[in-house]
Amino acid sequence: MLMHGRVISPGEAEGEALVSPEPIGFYGGIDYMTGIVIEKDHPLEGQNVQGKILVFPNAKGSTVGSYVVYALAKKETGPLAIINAQTEMIVATGAILGDVPTIDGIDINKIKTGDRLRVVAPLNDRVGTVEIL
Amino acid sequence: MYLTKVEEQMLDGEQGEVVERCMRLLTRLGDVYEAEKMIPIGSVQVAGVSYKSVGDPGLEFLEDFASKGAKVRTLTYLNPAGMDLENWKVFGFPEDFAKKQMRIMEAFRSMGIVVTATCTPYLAGNLPRFREHIAWSESSAVSFSNSVIAARTNREGGPSALAAALVGRTPNHDLHQDENRKPNFVVKVDADMDASSDFGALGYIVGKTVKNGTPYFTGLPLDSNTDKLKALGAAMAASGAVALWYGEGLTPEAHLMDTNGLEVIEVGEQELKEAYEALTDGEHPDLVVIGCPHASLREIGEVADKLEGKTITKDLWVCTSRVMKEAADRMGYTDIIAKAGGKIVADTCMVVAPIEQMGFKTTGINSGKAAKYLPGFCKQKVVFANLDTLISEVE
Repeated sequence: MLMHGRVISPGEAEGEALVSPEPIGFYGGIDYMTGIVIEKDHPLEGQNVQGKILVFPNAKGSTVGSYVVYALAKKETGPLAIINAQTEMIVATGAILGDVPTIDGIDINKIKTGDRLRVVAPLNDRVGTVEIL
Repeated sequence: MYLTKVEEQMLDGEQGEVVERCMRLLTRLGDVYEAEKMIPIGSVQVAGVSYKSVGDPGLEFLEDFASKGAKVRTLTYLNPAGMDLENWKVFGFPEDFAKKQMRIMEAFRSMGIVVTATCTPYLAGNLPRFREHIAWSESSAVSFSNSVIAARTNREGGPSALAAALVGRTPNHDLHQDENRKPNFVVKVDADMDASSDFGALGYIVGKTVKNGTPYFTGLPLDSNTDKLKALGAAMAASGAVALWYGEGLTPEAHLMDTNGLEVIEVGEQELKEAYEALTDGEHPDLVVIGCPHASLREIGEVADKLEGKTITKDLWVCTSRVMKEAADRMGYTDIIAKAGGKIVADTCMVVAPIEQMGFKTTGINSGKAAKYLPGFCKQKVVFANLDTLISEVE
């Protein structure tokens, strides 16, 4: 299945989906040294985002989250790409600075954890694609 | 996006590498969010100041900018640091942490940023005007300035706020435009709203429910002071992503809003009681912290009143800005709190300070925001209660 969305941060990635039905708070929610989700009672608590294509509706919580998204990218403990229903400023900033391919406007209910995804977010196009392989 | 000639020069690198990088980030964000142009801003507040929050990647990022001669172009304040910048040794903040924290502060200072370190810049000399465009990032301060002051800011990320400060502009989209500032939920409050913690509990419920929506409150007491409104906004920004809310009879633009046909959420005593329970997972705190967001002078005075002549057996911190701390010193509040066994800690707060490394396991708080963050970020058990109950816990 091929879905079209809006390019937030350009790049391409292929990998396994890790889907959160709930918003993610990066600051205090993910340990950037390891990539492990540490927010208590979060659906992804204890899971590792490293090397995954992280799929979630939108970010929540502290705006320091941008540095966490950036740090996850720089330390290579973060996701290969991000797919959102709606990307807000926290993730967009971190993703652009950290060169994490990011697309939003995707119906994330169609994606299941473990699905193999291909994300294409072209540099000079507003429209990107997410393909379930 | 339309750029002026000057903005194009910035983007083309004619004003140096840092300005170019900042403009690239901002124009890319502007394109994503369909801004038609950049707008000048009256002030900036930058989050991501504690070494604990930004770590080595953030430190390197900031030192890189500073070493290239970056200078801010508008009044710019900072979020709390990871320690009391003057008394960190006395309070037992770790030395290696302190060294990194000081490098971060020096990087900011050399960029011309006021090294205030507070989540309540509006109490410390960075007060926006009604409908002024600003670029702030601390989520509780964004909520306060958008709602209580009715200034205009999006929830900036730390780096996007810094970039805005360094070019003096931000892309004009979302909450900078009136058509995006309409409420989409009505919250009917039917409960005794006395303590600051009641507002934190209410904020926790509403943020969780409306997520990134814009709630319009009815039924809040019309004598609710700004300390309580700050607690409400902070909790909604932590449990959800609320950047703007209206309070009937309380906030400047509420009477201009149309609430017909909006989804209604009712919050009564029962819901509040459940929120207190949901936010508490520990008992017998070994640390009580007041001041999330940073305590106003009035809030420090309340703590001093309640502690006068008492001796506490556990640690108690009142977190505030350096500005409020100096006023508290002058009022004698600092001495009263110290005599009882507590401390006023300036420039930092328990969420961004390494309290888990300092041996604390259970923290008592009256802040809905802190209750949300302490378990994940500081590995704390939490007792969420009003100020009287918290003080009785440590007497």
